[in-house]
Parts: sequence; structure tokens; C-alpha cells
Amino acid sequence: MDSGAHRIEVGDTAGFVAYVQEGGQVEAGDWLPDEYRQKLIKFIEMHANSELMGVLPEREWILKAPTLQRKLALTAKVQDEVGHAQLIYRIAEDLGKPRDAMFADLLSGKAKFHNVFHYPTVTWGDVGVIAWLVDAAAIISQKALLKCSYAPYARIMKKICWEESFHILHGRDVILTMMTGTDTQRGLVQEALDRWWAPLMQFHGNPISRDEDPMWFWRIKSQGNEEARQQFLEGYAPQIWELGLTVPDPNLRRSAEGVWAYSEPDWAELKSVVTGHGPRSQERLEFRRRFLDQERWVREAVAAA
Amino acid sequence: MSVFEVFRQERKGQPFAHAGSIVAPDATFADAWAREQYGRRGESVALWLVPRDAIHQVTEWADEFDLKYRRVDGYSIKARLKEARERAGTTPSVAG
Repeated sequence: MDSGAHRIEVGDTAGFVAYVQEGGQVEAGDWLPDEYRQKLIKFIEMHANSELMGVLPEREWILKAPTLQRKLALTAKVQDEVGHAQLIYRIAEDLGKPRDAMFADLLSGKAKFHNVFHYPTVTWGDVGVIAWLVDAAAIISQKALLKCSYAPYARIMKKICWEESFHILHGRDVILTMMTGTDTQRGLVQEALDRWWAPLMQFHGNPISRDEDPMWFWRIKSQGNEEARQQFLEGYAPQIWELGLTVPDPNLRRSAEGVWAYSEPDWAELKSVVTGHGPRSQERLEFRRRFLDQERWVREAVAAA
Repeated sequence: MSVFEVFRQERKGQPFAHAGSIVAPDATFADAWAREQYGRRGESVALWLVPRDAIHQVTEWADEFDLKYRRVDGYSIKARLKEARERAGTTPSVAG
């Protein structure tokens, strides 16, 4: 039996790297190389920001959802995502970046959030596609974090993935209801898919090789960008097709070896969107700014308690 | 404000496992937020909220001796069991 005992001496970066690259995990109290800490904070902060900003496209539809049951389910989902933001911000705080500083960097545009949360939610079809496919793409990235070298983050992901599984099912239910409804409903889903396909294909990032990805080097991520995208296509392209929907990419096909080919995503668009130039970037940041300001008294009252 | 570590129990009889932490000004706020963040979907039957400062952590272990004699991998009986059976004439016959 291996006792699992390990000891990284303070300052032994090489020993630390070897340990995490063998699948080892570290705790908040362990010595962490500065570069690792900085990379972790940046990654975790973007994840938390994405959860916080990610509720805004769906929030707009709570009052407009077609039935009471849908309104309640959407409300629960929004509550979950805000809860995820709370859990994840806590991890980054523990690594040394205060929450106020993270909010300030989010609002000033210095810190980023995922590309898919910069786009409008035009119809109820968009809500369905977000809940089904955007969440599916996100859960692929999140499941890969269950093996993250930073154990407190990996533990939190366990709870988050558990809640996300309800979100995907909810999304699929919305889509199936529409696809078994009228031609107009089916049209709304197809139009939404046409709008979301490009952002979805950009979502997992450029196909930088795993070995050149610093997040892989430190084992913050346990898979490369292209692996994640292939996994998404393998899981969801068949699910899209079986409903009679058309993927707006004539080059999408699976090779005999199981590798998916697709048109080159627009990486310039991805870069422009995540740096705050997406169709809804500024409007949503302004919304956050307003609410953070409006609710400041609550935070101050609690801090003074 | 202080940090409270959150341990949660999924079902009665199960161990409490570390889940995460929350920042709160006191135990009353910690209670409210922990319920919200770690129990609102019925995923926990109980929570332990422990001020981080109250945790006494042990990570240093003396390892001067080979202590395998107190673990299962410290014992290899296969060869000697074979020898003992041969001696007693009780070696099981191979099926077939």
C-alpha cells in the first residue's frame, strides 16, 4: 500500500511540477509556486466571472418563459449558477485575490468571461439551445476539472457538475418540447442553433496543442482544447441531427477513425468578443455595475455585523 | 469576517467530507450561507462549520522505520503456504 505521502520542499518548483504531472493534487495550505498560483487565480476567476455573467442571458427570460413550470426551472437554474459563482470566487479568494478586486477587474474589462455569455438571447429557442448545448460544452470543460491539481477547486467541481446535470436535462426537455410542437417552434430552435453554432465551436478555445498550454503544464486542466471540442462534437452532433436539425457547417463530418472535421472557427471573433466587444458585453457589464453599486449597503452591513 | 470550513454529510451514517469554505462575520451568518450553498437541494443531511483557525492540521509524519509489518503488503504467505501444504500432503489437486 502506498501511503500517498509526499513532501514538496518550499521552493522546489521542479519537484512540484513532477508531482502534479503525475496526477498529484495539492491543498490550500501547501507551498505553491508563484506562477502556479497566478495561473490558478486567473483561470478560476474567469470561471467564476462566467458563472456570474452567464445568468444574465437566461435571467431575461424568467418572466417571458412560456409556462409557470419553465419559469420556476429557469429561476432554479439561475440561482444555481449564481451559487456556483459564490463557490468558485471563494476558491480564488483563498488563493489571495480579494473579491472586491475580482469584481473591479470584471467591471473594468481587465478580467474576462466566456464568449457565449456575450451574445443576446433572442427567442425562447435561444434559451433552449443555451441550456442544452452551451451547458453541454461547459460541462465537458468542468468535468475535466474534477482532476485539477488544485484539490479545493476539484472538490467544488464535484458539486457543480452534479447540479449542471439537471441543467442539461432541463435544456433537452425545452428543446424536445419545441421539436415535437409546431413548425414555428421547430423554426425557432433551428434559428437559435444557427446563431449559436459559431460561438459553440469557439467555446473551447483555439486548438493550441496540449503541451504548449500552460494550464495543462500545471495540470490545472486535464485535457486540451481540441480534445474538449472533439468530445462535444462526438456527444452532441448526433443528438442534434437525430432531431432533424441542421448544423450550419457544411464541412462537419466524422472520419472513420472517429475524428470530427469542421470549418475553421473565427478566432478573431472569439478574441474580440471576450475582450468586451461582443453584441451584449457592455450592456451586461453595465447591469452588473448597477447592481453591485445598488447592493453595496448589504455587503457593508454584513461586514460590520 | 472569518473563514469557516464546510464539511457535509450526504446520508446519515456517512463520513463528513470537506466540501469548501465560506466567509462570514459570525456563526449565524455562516449557518445561513452554508445552508444556501451546500444544502438547498437536499444534497446534505448535516453540515459541520468549523472556523479555519480551529483546525489543527497534521501533515508531518515520521518515517524512520520500515513499518510494513502492520500492513497487509508486509506479508507474503503464498510460497510458505505451498510449502506447508506439501509437507502436510494437503496440496489441492488441480481441477480436471
